[in-house]
Order: sequence, then structure tokens, then C-alpha cells
Amino acid sequence: MPKDHGIGASSKRREDVRFLTGKGRYTDDINIRGQAYVHFLRSDVAHGKINGLDTSAAESAPGVLRVFTGADFEGVGGLPCGWQVTDREGNPMQEPAHPVLAQGKVRHVGDPIAAVVAETYEQARDAAEQITVDIEELPAVMDMKAALKPDAPKVHEDLTSNLCYDWGFVEENREATNAAFEKAHHVTTLELVNQRLVANPMEPRVAIGDYAAHSDESTLYTTSQNPHVIRLLMGAFVLGIPEHKLRVVAPDVGGGFGSKIFHYAEEAFCTFAAKALKRPVKWVSSRSEAFLSDAQGRDHVTRIELALDAEGHFQALRTETYANMGAYLSTFSTSVPTWLHGTLMAGNYRTPLIYVNVKAVFTNTVPVDAYRGAGRPEATFQLERVIDKAAREMGIDPVELRRRNFVTEFPYATPVAVEYDTGDYNATLDRALEMADWDGFEARAAESAKKGLWRGRGINSYIEACGIAPSQLVGQLGARAGLYESATVRVNATGGLVVMTGSHSHGQGHETAFPQVIADMIGIDESQVEIVHGDTANTPMGMGTYGSRSIAVGGSAMVRAAEKVIAKAKKIAAHLMEAAPEDVELKDGQFSVAGTDKSIAWGDVTLAAYVPHNYPLDEIEPGLEETAFYDPSNFTYPAGAYVCEVEVDPETGKVRVDRFAAADDFGNVVNPMIVEGQVHGGLAQGIGQALLEGCTYDETGQLLSASYMDYAMPRADDLPSFQVDHSCQTPCTHNPLGVKGCGEAGAIGSPPALVNAVVDALQRGGKDVTHIDMPLSPARVWAAMQ
Amino acid sequence: MYDFELVKPKSVDEAVSALAAEDAQPLGGGQTLIPTMKQRLAAPAVLVSTHDIDGMKGVSTDGGVMTVGGATTHGTVAKEAASAFPGLAGLAAKIGDPAVRNRGTIGGSLANNDPAACYPAALLAAGGTVVTNAREIAADDFFEGMFTTALEEGELITVVKFNIPEKSNYQKFEQPASRFPLVGVFVAKHSDEVRVGVTGASEDGVFRWTEAEQALSSNFSAEAISGLTVSADGMIGDLHGTPDYRAHLVKVMTGRAVSAAE
Ligand SMILES: Cc1cc2nc3c(=O)[nH]c(=O)nc-3n(C[C@H](O)[C@H](O)[C@H](O)COP(=O)(O)OP(=O)(O)OC[C@H]3O[C@@H](n4cnc5c(N)ncnc54)[C@H](O)[C@@H]3O)c2cc1C
Repeated sequence: MPKDHGIGASSKRREDVRFLTGKGRYTDDINIRGQAYVHFLRSDVAHGKINGLDTSAAESAPGVLRVFTGADFEGVGGLPCGWQVTDREGNPMQEPAHPVLAQGKVRHVGDPIAAVVAETYEQARDAAEQITVDIEELPAVMDMKAALKPDAPKVHEDLTSNLCYDWGFVEENREATNAAFEKAHHVTTLELVNQRLVANPMEPRVAIGDYAAHSDESTLYTTSQNPHVIRLLMGAFVLGIPEHKLRVVAPDVGGGFGSKIFHYAEEAFCTFAAKALKRPVKWVSSRSEAFLSDAQGRDHVTRIELALDAEGHFQALRTETYANMGAYLSTFSTSVPTWLHGTLMAGNYRTPLIYVNVKAVFTNTVPVDAYRGAGRPEATFQLERVIDKAAREMGIDPVELRRRNFVTEFPYATPVAVEYDTGDYNATLDRALEMADWDGFEARAAESAKKGLWRGRGINSYIEACGIAPSQLVGQLGARAGLYESATVRVNATGGLVVMTGSHSHGQGHETAFPQVIADMIGIDESQVEIVHGDTANTPMGMGTYGSRSIAVGGSAMVRAAEKVIAKAKKIAAHLMEAAPEDVELKDGQFSVAGTDKSIAWGDVTLAAYVPHNYPLDEIEPGLEETAFYDPSNFTYPAGAYVCEVEVDPETGKVRVDRFAAADDFGNVVNPMIVEGQVHGGLAQGIGQALLEGCTYDETGQLLSASYMDYAMPRADDLPSFQVDHSCQTPCTHNPLGVKGCGEAGAIGSPPALVNAVVDALQRGGKDVTHIDMPLSPARVWAAMQ
Repeated sequence: MYDFELVKPKSVDEAVSALAAEDAQPLGGGQTLIPTMKQRLAAPAVLVSTHDIDGMKGVSTDGGVMTVGGATTHGTVAKEAASAFPGLAGLAAKIGDPAVRNRGTIGGSLANNDPAACYPAALLAAGGTVVTNAREIAADDFFEGMFTTALEEGELITVVKFNIPEKSNYQKFEQPASRFPLVGVFVAKHSDEVRVGVTGASEDGVFRWTEAEQALSSNFSAEAISGLTVSADGMIGDLHGTPDYRAHLVKVMTGRAVSAAE
């Protein structure tokens, strides 16, 4: 019987009522009395020297309060990078300054040059048209390999080159890995591109700065996945505002997919300008601006080699990746191609030797940072593509080749520094093959052939690391932040609870799932539990939501805080029932004393905590509120297998996804419906990447795919009805809920399954095609067939 | 968007006089014009809406000719042309999404002459006439390359007339992002000739594929064009397809339209 409440129940998402009835309160719904509006004048060239900037006409235009330029920010810090990577020689990465407004140079189309603050948005925009900028255009640095040539123009003059870092992992394994390649029976090589993507959350970014002169306090309302992180970065590194004078609020946020993790110039600007002008200052991104200013995702060019023995056992793996950083280092950009990517190169397999080389490169493009999956999709894509190619070259069934190399004993320490705690990769693979009716393929292929279509099938077996992360470990690896999570559980006198969490919900459904856990622990109705998040003024310092970490890390913090609450409540109950605390049990909202008929209700105990007339005041304080910070001891390792079947139209190259089965092991599942929704969304994004999406610049640095006319987003009719299963569960061994995280799996696992399927279809159609770079648009598939 | 004045005349005459104002421009469904204005790429001073001009709306059939008012929406054409001219109704039904079809108009589409617009292919293939407040322009004389037509400043498309073919079909191969045609082919079999209108493909905008027309006029079947090739010269090359690919698709889509014609 499926449960109808608590952990394991598909409780309906309570937040959807306000989202679906238009009652959500997003940042743009906030309007502060007296607010002014800012419009950013952005560069329309990719690379250039600012020789002159005349703002005089704009300053006297109607409604204009002030025009800001880079000069106003000379004494102000730049936007910081949150992760320092150390290169192969042990030197720190090259870290350029990232000014709030351009100073002397523009480095990508969309780089903000000036900001006009006016009474109305239209006035600000009108005035911005009157600013004259004298820009001396410089050659744009676009191609990553060309950018590293000695005579290449430099994105940042003060750096020695366009190379941010040259990273080797694990450097000590390099020689041994190379030696294994010398001896290998077979080597499969693949060159591929993991194309640049635009995150495209439904809600564009918004920022409102507000300043209270009476208390000298600044408030920033912003579309963020992690308000505390923004407060820390902006307060400490950019504007020099102490945290107790700075409040950051991220109310309802309409999707982020990573792009709202980072600290952006517009946030710092609005906070700064509000204080300077003593007026609230609001910025609302247009969709066109989002294409030019939201951090973008992926953009790796990779050569991967896999060494195998005669039986197909993996002997060694070697990769060389060029990772595009864009023009500046976005907040977590440097960690994505390194620690979030290199550590996953073992996949689900026992490959004894792995060496990953990553060259991070500056170009005149929008900065690149984490996007749903962040590094793990890039790792999975290379690995699962090269395995498929190896299977074909060696004449081994691709399912069998994977099984032959699966890790089957746990814990398993990979040669790339992580230890998988649990998993059962054969189980998820079996389940995926069964759901997709793998064995019935030939009959379906024959049906397709009758319609003149080529059917193909592809699999993928993935692993990812979620629940980032042990703070001490990531600190050693260069993170400039801790990665714990926090929760305060506040019990009210009448027994209801409020959980103030450092996690942030922007579509994930925390407001529903988190109460399910608490309700189970106490035995009360979920409706008695409220979740508060998104405001640094009323939540404990937390690191926010990304990397599928909320239930694994934020949920664990909440459990720890609730355990403290329950322990204290038991002491109160023991006092009221005149029993020893260790004999008190809590079940179904009732405290009882083991072996007696004594019992007392949860609500009576909570009332006693706040009306402590009959209360052990000499032993414990009144009140019932506890905070916990949870710092995980390891990552969690969700894994699974995906099967995709496609039909390719050989006349046009058009690909139709006919079926897609996803079997994931997320450990324990709190709300199966929400998990299913997360997988659906992830699959849509992954299939979007594989089939449709792609961010394209021309050689001068102009963004060609700058709107939905040219940037193809997946629509419902591009997708099949998914078959999703999470019944294979190997609970995480090191967090209290045994959960692993599910937010990114779909986006990580689906692209290789789809590309494998299309290559299979073309091969079955008699075309000797071994790889096609994403997106597999009709034009590209057709070109590959010619 | 810059400030502008909106005029909502009730008759063609009123509209024509309103269009005489400086920087005045007709407004159909606004599906192209409004986004362009929002991006500040167009800045008309006066917009003259065709929305309230009843005389410019509706679909009627008389003998072999279908008459569509210039302010008729795609949604209306999809419904009302369905029995007499299913090829045209099918084309209209696949333009954009319901919101676009409920606002966008045939007059706006033809006047705009986007190189990837659907209606121009139908008008060329059906052979028909664009009727304006001032004159009648034969389909073959109307389109003058990308985004250019024979219309004069202030000239309003009041009615569009199509010669209803015996059989017709429109095949649209969608550009993955915009879902405008990457290549769209309208094939019309008339009693005396076959006409093939191709949109989306050429740098010169919509065109007639005359070799295919000749081949199909003697044998109306997909095989009739199997020996033909389309030159990639002058075809559009962009993010979504090379000139070679578009040339190839012209032939594939023509064949499919012939097979599907009804
Ligand atoms: C999301 C989306 C998808 C679309 N997909 C397609 C598609 O698949 N295929 C396709 O063909 N189109 C597509 N369109 C375009 C759509 O068909 C528009 O409706 C059409 O291009 C313009 O028609 P309109 O009535 O909106 O004209 P408007 O935008 O109002 O005007 C366009 C131009 O025509 C002029 N004009 C308008 N009416 C007249 C008239 N009666 N006489 C003279 N000039 C006039 C205007 O001054 C303006 O210059 C799409 C549009 C959108 C927004």
C-alpha cells in the first residue's frame, strides 16, 4: 500500500496552489515605495577598449537620477570567484578582476558599461540611448585552442595568457595511465563537444536594492538559489557591508537550474546604487538580456581515450578537455570542469587508472558556470559515448560491455578520489531494459522500416555525486566556502512547527517534502509543519540549493535539529509523567512511558515548554527551538540506467524520441511524485541538450542564438511519455535519511543515451557514423549521413 | 517600445486616411510588429489597426475562387477554408501556436513577407491576387525578395484571392527553435497546371520551383521529380541548416506534398 502521509507518500505539492493560481510572490512582484529603475547599457561588441564614454546627455534626460560607470566602482571590489583551482605545477589559477561595470575594456557582448537609474524604466532606457561610447574594437578570442596560441590576443592584459589553469587529475597517475595505454589490447578514441547551453529558467533574473538610512541597513531582493552565499560574497568581497547590516531575500524563485547560484554584477549594482541614491533601485532582466548576462553552461571540447584488454575490461582512461570559462570567472565556474567533473570519470566502472587533464580558457563570451548537473553531465557524456564506441569496435554487446566492468562491491574507492558508499548498477540496468522492452526492439525496428524510418536504441549507465559536500574535503580542494546546511526547528506553543532552512526551494517542492519528514518523526499531520526559507533575516546561515543537495544535506540538518527538539520534549514529557526520560517514547504524536499506560499528547508538552508552570526549570530552559548544522561526511552517489529508442527519418535527418526509460537509484525516497517530477524535468533538459539546444557565437563574438527564434528549447511534443522508476534503492549509508538526491539525474543521464541511440540507428541504416556532436538537429544528422 | 498612437478605424476608407499620417503603419495581429517595436527596432508614430474593420474579415468561396479578408486570422482560415481548400486550411492550422493563430492575420503575413512565412508559398502556388485599397496585384508580381513586396507606403491589403486548386498540400519542415518553416513547400494541382511555391529556403524569399512544376504537370506523382535536383546556390545558410540541406529539403518536401495532396 502506498503511504498517504509522511516519508514515502506522494503528498501533493502545497506550494503549487499559489504558483498555479498566480499568487506566488516573485522578486518582480515586490515593489517598494519610491523605487527607481535601472537600465544597463551593455556592450554590443565582444572585445574592445573603451576610449571614451560620454554620459552628459543621458544625465540631463527626463527622469534620470544618476548615470553610473565603471569609474564609480573603482574603490569597490570585483565579483569574486568562490573556488581556487591549483594547476599541474601546484600554482594557483589565473584570476582576473571582474568589475561590476566595465573599466576600460569590454570583454563580451552584454558586458555592462554604464547603468542609468531613472524614475521609470522607460526613462532609464531612453536615456541610455543617449550615452555615446567610443569603443576601439579588438579581435575577439573565440576558439579555445586558438586562444592558447602564444600570439593570441588576450582577454585580460594583466594575465600572462588566456589560460586560467592547466589541471591534471590525478597527476601522480599520469605516467602509469600512459603506460597502460602502451600495453592495451585495444584503444578507443573519441573527440567530442559538450556544447554551450543557456539555462533559461522561466523567471528571468531580478534584483532590487533597498537602503534604510535610519539603521544603515541594506536589503537586496534577488532571484537567488542561495541568499546567504550572496550576502557573504557581496558583503565581504564587493561592497564591504558587514553581514549584520545586509539582508538578502530570495522569495519565490521561478527556476534556476544553477544559473541563480552565482553572484551577479546587477545584484551588487542595485545594492550599491540604493545606498548612493537613498532610493530603492530595481532591475528586471528581459529575456534578451538573460541570453547575454546569465552564466551559461557546459562548453567543453574533449578528447577521450579508453584502453581495454582483449575481453573488454577497462584498463585505463585518459582525457583532455578544453573548458570555456567565458570572459570572467563566475562564482563557481572553476570547480565545474575540475572537481565536479574529474572525480566522476570512473562512472560505474572499475577502471584502475584514470588521468584527466583540463585546460580552462578565457574567451570573449558570456561567463560559463554550473548548469543542472554541472561537470557530471560532461563526464558521463564522454564516458558513455566512448564505451559505446568501444563496444562497436570490439564487437561486444554494449549492455554486456558495461556489465563486465561494473563496480559490484561497496564501498568502492575510485582512482579519482571519491568513495562510492552503495549502489547496484546491474539492478537499475535490468529495470531500465525491462521497462523499455529491450528484447522487443527488432519487431519495432521492422515496423519503423515499413514507414521508411530507421530505429535505433541506446543505453547509458551513470553515476553522479550529490549532496555537496564535506566542508573539510572541499576546502582542501580549493573551495572558499563551507558546504554544510542548516535548519532551525521552532515548535510553537500549540504544537505546530516552523522549520527555517538554509536550503532554498525554487521549484523543488521543499515546502511539501520537508514537512513529510518532520511529520513522520513526531507523528503529527504534515499540515502542522511550515517551511521558511529564502531570507537571511529569518533563517540560519545556509549554503543553499544546487547539486541535488537539499534533502541530503538540508534535510539531514533538519532531522538533526528535530532530533534535538524531540530529545528535549521527551525530558519535558518525562517530568510531566513523572518518568525517566530514557523510558519515554514518541509515537503518533503521543509520548508514553514504556511498560505503563501513561501517555501525554505532543501538544501538551509543547504548551508546557512555553507555559512552564509544571516544568523542570532547574534542568532545562523553557521553549522548544533547536538549530543544527549538518556537514556531510561524504558525497551521495545516485546512479541509474537509461534506455532511449529513436526513429530517424533518413530523408530529412529528423530524430523522434519514441521511448525513454529511466531507472534511478536515489536511495530512500521521501515523496515519489516529486522525485518523478524532478526526473521528468531533468530528462526534458537532457533531451533538450541532446536534440535541440545550443548556444552559438559567430567568429566576432556575436551571439547568434540570442532568442527563442534561434535557441531551441524542448517542448512537450518533442518528448515521449517517460517511463520512470526508482524502486531500486540502495540507501545512502552516511546521512540520517538514507537519501541521495534526484534533481540532476535526468539531465546527466539522458544525453548519452539519446546520442548512442541515434548513432545506432544510423549504423543500422548502413551509415558508418560513429559520432555526431549535439544538438542532433535534423541538419546535423542529415549532414552526418552524407 | 517607444510611445505611439493607436488608431482603430471601422472602415477601409478611414484606415487609408489614417495611414496618410507621418510614420503611420498598419497593425494586423501585431505578432511580428509588436515584438519588433518592443526591441526598439521599429518605431512607428501611428499604428492603424485592422482589427475592427469588418469588411476585411472572413472567408468566402465563389466558383473557383476563395476570398479571404486581409484582417482574417490564421485561426479563422484554418476553420473556414477547411472544406473548400484543405491545403490552405492545413497551412494556417500549423502557423505558430493558438495565440499566434488567434491574432496573426493573412494580410500581416503577406505584407511582412518574412522569407520563412507560410502564406506566401500558398499564394504563389494557388495563383491568386492581392487586393489593396488601391489596386489588384497578381501573386507572381507581389513578392519582391526578403521582407519586400510590391506594396506602396500606406497601401493596405484588404482582400486576398486564391484560385482553388483541384488538389493541394503544404509540407512544412520546421526550424527547431522558431518552428517557422526551415523549408515549406505548397503544391497546387490546377486543372491546367501544377504550381509549386517554396518558402524558407531562398535568400530571395519565396519562389516557384518551375522544373518541378513542369515535371508534375505531366505526371502528378512524387516519382516525377525524383530525377530533379535543386541547386544550393542562393539558398539560405544559417544555424539551422546549410544551403545544401535546404536544397535537399525542397525536393523531399515537394515529393511529400505531392503524395499528400487532396
Ligand atoms: C511564436 C510565433 C510563431 C510564428 N510561426 C509562424 C509560422 O510558422 N509561419 C508563419 O508564416 N508565420 C509565423 N508567425 C508569424 C505570424 O504568422 C504573424 O502573424 C505574421 O507574420 C504577421 O501577421 P500579423 O497580423 O501579426 O501582422 P503584424 O505583426 O501586425 O504586422 C506585420 C507587418 O505587416 C503590416 N501589415 C499588417 N496588416 C497589414 C495589411 N492588412 N496590409 C498591409 N500591411 C499590413 C504591418 O504594418 C507590419 O509591417 C509566427 C509568429 C510568432 C509570434
